[in-house]
Amino acid sequence: MFNYVVRRTLQAIPLLIVISMILYGILSEAPGGALAPYLANPHITAADITRLKHNLGLDAPIPVRYAIWLGHVVTGDFGYSASNSEPVLQAIVDRVPATLSLMATSLVLSLLVGLALGIYSAVKPYSLADYFITTFAFFGQSMPVFWLALMLQLGLAVHGIPLPAGYIIKLPSAGIATDTDNFSLPDHLVHLVLPVIVLSFLSLALYSRFTRSSMLEVMRTDYMRTAAAKGLSFPTIVLKHGLKNGLIPLVTIVALSLPGLLGGAIVTETIFSWPGMGRLFYNALLQEDIALLMGYLCLVSAMVVFFNLFADVAYAWLDPRVKYD
Amino acid sequence: MTVGDIDDTVYKPVGFWRKLSRHKLAVVGLVVLVLVILSAVFAKFLAPFDPTAIDNKWWNGDPVPPCFINAAICGHHLLGTDEVGRDLLSRLLFGAQISLQVAVFAVIIEISIGTLLGAIAGFYGGWVDWLLMRITDVFLSIPLLPLLLVLTGIVAASSNKASLSFGVIVLIIGALSWPSVARLVRASFLSLREREFAEAARAVGNRDGRIIFRHLLPNAIAPIVVQATLDVANFIILESTLSFLGFGIQPPTASWGNMLANAEATLTSGWWVAVFPGLCILVTVLAINFIGDGLRDALDPNMR
Repeated sequence: MFNYVVRRTLQAIPLLIVISMILYGILSEAPGGALAPYLANPHITAADITRLKHNLGLDAPIPVRYAIWLGHVVTGDFGYSASNSEPVLQAIVDRVPATLSLMATSLVLSLLVGLALGIYSAVKPYSLADYFITTFAFFGQSMPVFWLALMLQLGLAVHGIPLPAGYIIKLPSAGIATDTDNFSLPDHLVHLVLPVIVLSFLSLALYSRFTRSSMLEVMRTDYMRTAAAKGLSFPTIVLKHGLKNGLIPLVTIVALSLPGLLGGAIVTETIFSWPGMGRLFYNALLQEDIALLMGYLCLVSAMVVFFNLFADVAYAWLDPRVKYD
Repeated sequence: MTVGDIDDTVYKPVGFWRKLSRHKLAVVGLVVLVLVILSAVFAKFLAPFDPTAIDNKWWNGDPVPPCFINAAICGHHLLGTDEVGRDLLSRLLFGAQISLQVAVFAVIIEISIGTLLGAIAGFYGGWVDWLLMRITDVFLSIPLLPLLLVLTGIVAASSNKASLSFGVIVLIIGALSWPSVARLVRASFLSLREREFAEAARAVGNRDGRIIFRHLLPNAIAPIVVQATLDVANFIILESTLSFLGFGIQPPTASWGNMLANAEATLTSGWWVAVFPGLCILVTVLAINFIGDGLRDALDPNMR
């Protein structure tokens, strides 16, 4: 076990280096970046540009610049974000709380509901309810995120929910709070509603589908029949004996979807003006802030590599039938 | 039958159409998809207007409402106009062309590269396999949407946004998504190459290329077909997301995604601008996913 983890970690390091090399290769020659503001300034001559290039080290060959960049990254320095006027790492770290509050809420919600729907589907397969849940999962898989967001804005923010006595509740469709200086929990929660619905809807479909197929398999096993033969109650059989094994594949699915969640939902955060990492990335893209794009892509890729490793180790640990290779 | 064709167990699913037709949702999906494809192919004849023409007669700054809201418009703009006065129905029909074509061509690229490299990796094994799989590791570790956005963003910034042509989008999507297909094909080839018929094909002196394409590939085709179908659906969503964010198909060319790019601003003045293109995406993608599910059941019940 320990050897396996160590070996996988050591394998991850060259992978991360190759990823960063490719990303650096793609982005180093991209327009924008450190020289962009000077290039746009008519008062700066070609000679100035050459001097600036030299001073910033931009005239060195790409491998040399990459080595220097890597040296900085190892010390936690991802460069300076021009669009945020602060170091890249600082800009990203600042957005983590907003992204976390959005993602943690939708993860918990979609896991709870997705599990419940998936288990119900598996316990009563091919029933009317199962049919509805399966079709619903198809909708989740086929729904363009941004359109769902637009429709929710149209329905719940523009038109609102009509209440008796002529009241209409209109949910806020943008931002993290009405008054950003005075944080209040109810206000924050109200702002969470729409983006959380959008994000949960998609992962909920995924989780319910996987829970269903994994639980269906478990329901057919011998130890479930044994448990039933011992006279245990049906809920005990399903929730204590079945779920323990049925949940194992779900661990992988959730672990693999975590980097996407932590990286922020680019589309959802942009539409709802949620000040998280996804919107930070999109704004950097619009402003050609190369340093930030580079930092973001590296960090999210590193998370993908880490959670892949985590998923494999967790799977092997939870399921003794799986052998380390 | 020549000696080289000893392997005649090419995958012929018994009663494939019968199995597929038993999957009711797949049949519904197939009917819907055929209708969508027909309306895309015949957009030129079906569309009542030029999709980029602005109708100044009806349009006065706000989206013109569709026929069922404003009966006076019925002879003209059946679904109303968008925020700059272009006929919505015509744009939807021409948008279908773009959205479907981007997805289909990107899938063709993805499947071609993925199948070729996956087959080579699985067939030869050894260091070739090791190298190709490390490459797929790299691609699969970089999240797709941000990478796509960065690449299309670089193309757009290098010259101008108009350079984000149809071909560029197709190429970028196809070139970045092949690794999952390569893994799939490699896994099939790893087990297929050990089977007797592969050994027989080798024993009678076939060249590697012939063994790969004539003997092994036909037996590995089922999962590839399913993956290709599902990826057409995925790529329709991907293209529409890119176009919605402004880094996909550029206006005035209509795609279902870029028709929604300004929809947030017109939610109050014309909801139909936001509703119809998204509905087209949802219905089409749903139909394709139903077909994909039916194919999976019909081709190989063990694949789920």
